[in-house]
Amino acid sequence: MANTAIAAPEHGAWTARLKDVGFWAEWAALVGLIVLVIVFQALNPTFLSAGNIASMLVAAAILIILSVGQTFVIATAGIDLSIASTMTLGAVAFGQVYSMGMGLALSCLAAIVASGLVGVLNGVIVARGKITDFIVTLGTLSAASGLALILSDGKPVTIIDATLLGLSTGGLGIFGWSFVIAAVVAVLAHVLLFHTRFGTHLLATGGAAESATAMGISTQRVKIAVYTISGVLAGLGAILLVARIGAAEPAANTAFLLNSVAAVVLGGVSLFGGRGSIIGPVIGALLLIALVNGLTLLGVSQFYQPLAVGIVVVLAALLTRFQR
Amino acid sequence: MTNTLLECRNVSLSFGNVRALADVSLSLRQGEITALVGDNGAGKSTLVRCVSGIHRPDNGHIIFDGEETDFHSPDEARKAGIETVHQNLALVEDLTVWQNLFLNRELVRGFGPIAFLDRRAMQARAREMVSTLAVNVPAVKSRVRRLSGGQRQAVAICRAAGFSSRLVIMDEPTAALGVQETARVEELILRLRDEGHTVLLISHNFAQVMKLSDHVWVMRAGRCVGGRRTSETSGEEIVSLVTGAVSQ
Ligand SMILES: Nc1ncnc2c1ncn2[C@@H]1O[C@H](COP(=O)(O)OP(=O)(O)OP(=O)(O)O)[C@@H](O)[C@H]1O
Ligand SMILES: [Mg+2]
Repeated sequence: MANTAIAAPEHGAWTARLKDVGFWAEWAALVGLIVLVIVFQALNPTFLSAGNIASMLVAAAILIILSVGQTFVIATAGIDLSIASTMTLGAVAFGQVYSMGMGLALSCLAAIVASGLVGVLNGVIVARGKITDFIVTLGTLSAASGLALILSDGKPVTIIDATLLGLSTGGLGIFGWSFVIAAVVAVLAHVLLFHTRFGTHLLATGGAAESATAMGISTQRVKIAVYTISGVLAGLGAILLVARIGAAEPAANTAFLLNSVAAVVLGGVSLFGGRGSIIGPVIGALLLIALVNGLTLLGVSQFYQPLAVGIVVVLAALLTRFQR
Repeated sequence: MTNTLLECRNVSLSFGNVRALADVSLSLRQGEITALVGDNGAGKSTLVRCVSGIHRPDNGHIIFDGEETDFHSPDEARKAGIETVHQNLALVEDLTVWQNLFLNRELVRGFGPIAFLDRRAMQARAREMVSTLAVNVPAVKSRVRRLSGGQRQAVAICRAAGFSSRLVIMDEPTAALGVQETARVEELILRLRDEGHTVLLISHNFAQVMKLSDHVWVMRAGRCVGGRRTSETSGEEIVSLVTGAVSQ
């Protein structure tokens, strides 16, 4: 059978794969993470202590959730620049509803709905208005953070809630609840992307929109869906953010935007769309968090952290050029 | 007796100043292979794209199976039973062969409202679909990006032929194929007809057209300039219709 003849190299020798630069490109984030862990552990043995691992995982939770949302958008060859300010708006919506005394459940709902609506808006304008994703989400980035300032009058709302506190401090062993939530989101996202029709249509839309259309896929609907997913996940991130800092602040959170894109790039997802994974960006997010955490442990000045993140991201982007 | 499966009546379509189709009228008989020929830019692919729901004509009517159609999307055309091998093949390079074969026709196993892809069933079925056609069978799990031009064309043809559709449209299906593969595709086209499908074949290969088709339509500069029963015409006559040396 000709089938086997062509398929055989795919199961081929590991040594051959290790010489293949494409293999390294595909797993850049994992390799980077392992290297970082070895280096930091060698320089400071507390790096891999249970306490530090637990705090890194909690710190990674929000970034993982945002990166998953960003992955869906980038896999359709778009980008969601508004993701962090959408989270800010969600947090502010949470704070407003909470301060009205409407309780935790409604506050969470408010965060999800407010952020989800920004996502829907992004999707509708991108899909129906046929305007570049970059411009649309740049606009909603500004609009959402403006709205957050207007709604909150620029003031943070302190939230003291036992359940929220439990969310940010409790957990299963070294896995804090917020990390558990992020892990569940990642698993569901993986199933959605690789085991449903929607996931295939999403990759087709990103890979070749014209071909997808010719096969009867509504690329507009896919676009609206991915931005909605991104918005809803930003809302979930907002809840975790409020739980973590104990307040709903209209702060900009720009670092979350940059890091979400960085995690996706580190994770080997093509910015041109059409291919990607969920595990890649999750590892990318962990890598970024480990990098910052390790530098802090080593007593490197905070000022060097963005520089280090920038270098890692550019290196990863260079590696992705060798992707098959 | 044969009846008409597809009829285009005065179909017109302009892209800005370019009049790609001007009052095109032609018809396809049920269960026949109909060829559509014409020089580059004559409007053949544009007509195909109207019939398969990608473009909507500015004017005119498309009647499929006795009913006037107004496809708003290719999905509606596919659901009505029209499968197309587009000239650009409409494949997604980053997806695998089997994913492309089942694009928007995925097999799922449902649990209530949640349905998961039945990958194994699709891969198995994909192997069957591909093996009927290609001489050099591409592994169904490989990405289309890694396939040769001819292999890609084979995948697109298998996809169009694989779903039991009423009408199969092939826009230059053998353009990139080797001698053996071309012969296989020609066999496939004949087999599709024998199984009762109607085929619309666009080709620049006049020998192929004369060999396979029951009827030939000729387009020139956005117009349909004539049609002949293949048995009652000759290659020379078709060529002169294409070039405009003879009218009607
Ligand atoms: N999307 C489009 N936008 C603008 N003009 C188009 C578009 N599609 C086709 N055209 C124009 O319409 C005319 C007919 O093109 P079409 O692709 O239908 O020709 P064809 O008969 O299929 O030619 P070929 O044999 O080269 O495939 C050409 O002049 C082409 O430039
Ligand atoms: Mg053409």
